[in-house]
Amino acid sequence: MAIVTVGDVARKNAQTLQGAGRDVGGTIFRIAVAGTLYVSLLIIGVLIFDVLFDGWDQLSTRLGGFLSGTLRSRSIDDKLGVHQGLYGSFWIAAFVAIIAFPTGIAAAIYLEEYANQNRTTRFIELAIRNLSGVPSVVYGLLGLFLFVEKNTILGFIGLGWLVDLTGGPTPISAGLTLAILVLPIVIITSQEAIRAVPSGLKEGAYGVGATKSEMIRTQVLPYAAPGILTGTLLSMSRAIGEAAPLILIGAISGGLTANPSFVDVTALQDRFTALPILIVTWVSQRGRDEGFATAAAAAIVVLLVVVLLLNMTAILLRNRFEKKRG
Amino acid sequence: MTVTHMPHSDAELGSLSGSPRRLRREAIIKQVLFGAAIFSVVVSFLIVYALLSEAWIFMRDIDWSTTWGQIGWFPRRGIYDVPTLLVATFWVTIVAMVVATPLGLGAAVYLAEYARPGVRKILKPILEILAGIPSVVLGFFALLWIAPNVVANLGGEGGRGSILAAGIGVGILTIPLIASISEDAMKAVPDALREASAGMGARKVTTVLRVVLPAAISGLAAAMIVAVSRAMGETMVVFMAGGAADAAIFTSSPYDGSLTMTAAMASLASGTDNVVGEGLTFQSLFFVGLLLFLITLALNMLANFFVRRIREQY
Repeated sequence: MAIVTVGDVARKNAQTLQGAGRDVGGTIFRIAVAGTLYVSLLIIGVLIFDVLFDGWDQLSTRLGGFLSGTLRSRSIDDKLGVHQGLYGSFWIAAFVAIIAFPTGIAAAIYLEEYANQNRTTRFIELAIRNLSGVPSVVYGLLGLFLFVEKNTILGFIGLGWLVDLTGGPTPISAGLTLAILVLPIVIITSQEAIRAVPSGLKEGAYGVGATKSEMIRTQVLPYAAPGILTGTLLSMSRAIGEAAPLILIGAISGGLTANPSFVDVTALQDRFTALPILIVTWVSQRGRDEGFATAAAAAIVVLLVVVLLLNMTAILLRNRFEKKRG
Repeated sequence: MTVTHMPHSDAELGSLSGSPRRLRREAIIKQVLFGAAIFSVVVSFLIVYALLSEAWIFMRDIDWSTTWGQIGWFPRRGIYDVPTLLVATFWVTIVAMVVATPLGLGAAVYLAEYARPGVRKILKPILEILAGIPSVVLGFFALLWIAPNVVANLGGEGGRGSILAAGIGVGILTIPLIASISEDAMKAVPDALREASAGMGARKVTTVLRVVLPAAISGLAAAMIVAVSRAMGETMVVFMAGGAADAAIFTSSPYDGSLTMTAAMASLASGTDNVVGEGLTFQSLFFVGLLLFLITLALNMLANFFVRRIREQY
């Protein structure tokens, strides 16, 4: 007779405790949900492969010429390229950095460090939340109303001076409009970063006699800096990829001849185009000239490189600091 | 023994609170920061004012019979058939949600409940990076890849854009949005619920479907609503791949080309370099914008209501 050990009994009991048979339904479910994620990633893979494949003719043979070229009436033109679009997108990014970043961070500091929980604060928070959900095309209408058309508000606040400043449908108007568009993103992400600052740091600063603003400058901002930077990079990438508001305020979709260099600030008051607008333009022109589809795909690759690099930096930065502070 | 309080004079308190110059600087800084915060309220007011003031002119001067039951949306000929835009918007939203809901929700369930930490650490950032793909890129993809390769196999025409192609493109764009909000909602469900369910002998799949998903239902509802709002407000995909240029004939079939509210606005503004045309075309832009603004605002407020509910629960 075999000796029955304690281990055998335990194993036998464990077997009876397991459910009947294999968990077929559960396995199918797990594979199904994993499948949805991989399908989503596959779609993006196909997308990136498709634009690379379509744009390869331009990118492989004349990348330099494509980056320095301009809008042309024929796709086989040797001077066809995206430089005018890069100029517009560069200055849009500059305006977002100069206007939306400081304003957004300042608003976040106020809301997290200064504001009392009263009706005004709740109203401001509500306004920011709602602004973050307004479709981008509506911001285009706002830009059209404020910066391109001369309007008067409530019958007495004239806005003509704004239009004189922007010069109408120009990179300045585009930059201001997109700065307003990304402002809620900057505020919300900065608020989250500031909220995560340990109160011990703040109390320490007060303990050695710092005023509130000194405490914020020496403790809150340095600690929250990576989080704030993540938010600003994401909002910058959003602004560069945005096309709808630019169409509304009158970005040029053809026949732009001037090709200013990046530092040429006088061109800021001229008509303009931007990288996403070039893509739309060339896609619409491909019926007449099939080669413009290639140009559009090549411009998409340029846009994706800029936008995805910004996003990737932002997300890696955030994950790194999250891990460090655990 | 009596406790003797330290007598402190006003002078001593004054010196403790810092120099007047320092205090004045603090007050100024606070005012400047407040100004930055209140700017968002000013922007909100300006948006509403701009939309209302121009849309009001449209609503006052328009012959309302041209806005309903007409052949289609022909703004440059003075025909503003609103149902054309609403039906197209409805179809794009439906198609987008049919594409994005299973994919986004499934991805969220996998990331939140099944993926091992190592896998999650790689896949989640990739999905987040994808959330940043500009909509013009999806517009290109919808028109030149989805239409010939997907729509053509679903019984549509592959050589041009259609509401179906645009809807699929918008759906792809909203997958990361649904995935990220839903995942947050599931992560907010306390582990105690999962452990209790496992302790009762429930299988993993039962725990997920019967315990975690019902507990996260508010957040999932919010994710759906935000996605609907985003799909309705998406402009470039529909403008590029929707299969209509300046005008659209009324259609109730997603296989046709048409204009959504957003695409109608973009095409009005881009037809020529300036917004010009017959009588009220400029104002019609703001009228459609106001409609879109009100619908998305209502949806977003509803979503906020659901988000607040999960916060209260856990």
